[in-house]
Amino acid sequence: MSEDLAVTAAAVLVLLDHAPDGALRPAVPELVTLARDVVGAAAVAGVWVAGPDDEAPVPTDALGVLGLDAVHRVRVDADPHVAAVLADAVAAAREATGAALVLLASTFENRDVAARLAVTLGAGVVTDADAVQIEDGTVVAAKTVLAGTWTTRCAVRTPLAVVCVKAGAVVAQEAARPTTPEVVEHVLAVGAGARRVQVVEHTEHGDSGRPDLASAQVVVVGGRGTEGDFAPLTELADLLGAAVGATRVATDEGWIDRDTQIGQTGVNVAPRLYIGAGVSGAVHHRGGMQAAGVIVAVNNDPDAPIFEIADYGVVGDLFAVLPQLTAELRRLRA
Amino acid sequence: MRIVVVVKHVPDIQAERTLTPDGRMDRDQGDGTLNELDENAVEAALTLAQEADGGEVIAVTVGPPDAVDAVRRALQMGADEAVHVLDDAIAGSDALGTAAVLAAAVRRLGADVPVDLVLAGMAALDGLTSLVPAALAAELDLPALTLATSVEVDAAAGTVSVRRELDHADEVLRATLPALVSVSDRANEPRYPNFAGIMAARKKPVTVWTLADLGVDAATVGAAGARTRVLAAAPRPPRTDRVLVQDSGDAGVALAAWLVENKLA
Repeated sequence: MSEDLAVTAAAVLVLLDHAPDGALRPAVPELVTLARDVVGAAAVAGVWVAGPDDEAPVPTDALGVLGLDAVHRVRVDADPHVAAVLADAVAAAREATGAALVLLASTFENRDVAARLAVTLGAGVVTDADAVQIEDGTVVAAKTVLAGTWTTRCAVRTPLAVVCVKAGAVVAQEAARPTTPEVVEHVLAVGAGARRVQVVEHTEHGDSGRPDLASAQVVVVGGRGTEGDFAPLTELADLLGAAVGATRVATDEGWIDRDTQIGQTGVNVAPRLYIGAGVSGAVHHRGGMQAAGVIVAVNNDPDAPIFEIADYGVVGDLFAVLPQLTAELRRLRA
Repeated sequence: MRIVVVVKHVPDIQAERTLTPDGRMDRDQGDGTLNELDENAVEAALTLAQEADGGEVIAVTVGPPDAVDAVRRALQMGADEAVHVLDDAIAGSDALGTAAVLAAAVRRLGADVPVDLVLAGMAALDGLTSLVPAALAAELDLPALTLATSVEVDAAAGTVSVRRELDHADEVLRATLPALVSVSDRANEPRYPNFAGIMAARKKPVTVWTLADLGVDAATVGAAGARTRVLAAAPRPPRTDRVLVQDSGDAGVALAAWLVENKLA
């Protein structure tokens, strides 16, 4: 990082998304790693939003390993699952830290948080960023657009930048020097505007026992061609330590959970390796995976559009090719 | 029940889409269409209006002259009226500028007769920022219920409830009307306009407003007011050295070798 960072050395604030038990969401270590890279020697703070009865402990050890300097725990008097409540809490932590850059994981919920911060604080927002830098005191973010076919770099022109970072865009790394994050406690009575959404039900999904789809480095994806049989895919995924994803058709058919749907309106993935089996590659699906490093496709239809973007395409029966692939990889590893 | 549904005109995602050198969507290639995800919002608006027995649906868009096609499509589907905010100064707006203009249009509509519900799609398939619904709600000081897979209005109670499916959880949210709801593509199957709908739409009014009509300062929107500026835009280089094989019995073995050779497995 360049020297002129010292001049613009406002801290970065990272939203520490976590499960109800306090476990960090998979994107958080990536965000903290990125924040550290962006600010160089300046401090990186996190904001931990807790509900009225939320006693989950802040994992300061894990955050210290990542080099976080401080955690602002904001206890709100409303349901923190509501984006407006979360936004008010982030705004309070931003005021406490004076941060000029707020980093969020680019989930759909967090975009609502970013949008509200834009209106309430006048922030400029970039969503789905895969890189962030400070150039001459200005926050510059890079992203891929138009279904992964174009890349752009955007400068944020406002004093406060809110950047939503795509999962998996950064490889989480431990800090060279671990820290002992100080936990700064805040109590916030959220404004009337944020209190009007009532959470009637909130049901956490169970743990799939697999890597998080959005940030996984290897993803095995099934479509219509699986005819509902994901066994050859899960076996390959287990061997590769991969996440399992699906197309809209496969989730609509009820073959696999809806939260595995990859595409423009589902999960966006950019893994090192994408393996599609029985996936035709409709434009909606491509929009969610075309930024993958290497694309492998197995499909018995030689005209499937996925072959137009595949680095390695096999025209063949996935039920023959996948088991053979898994067996051969196992043999090569033995 | 008076429902405003906000819609966007976008390049057809099946066509080749490009950016201009200054990073704006190239809208001069024809093939524009109503954003597919907004069709779900229009469908939800029409269904709720029907259920409300005497509901009214007004489609609103912001954009260049061609953008009127987006509200026309909404009229063909069954919306009652449309508004097109058209002003040269709007060109180059970011999502937040667009939300501010939409908010001004909704306020103007609400000045005559109160608006009960604002509906939006979950994203536009060009920019895909998904920022407009929540920003519009914040501008209008309305509760935001986003990403709905189902929407229910309880007229007696004056509330709206949505069900939604997030990455980590499923939720049911509720708020008192007026409110903003964004719907996902799982919310419904949008109707296809029939001949009668297309004919009827020709007689439906499209009101055109400028920024001055809405009292919006032109300096706060468009390229001048945009909070982000594209420094560079380039097509990604095409993938090279691509391999396509027909399985003749050993494709799995060959693929395994290729993955290992490329340090991918």
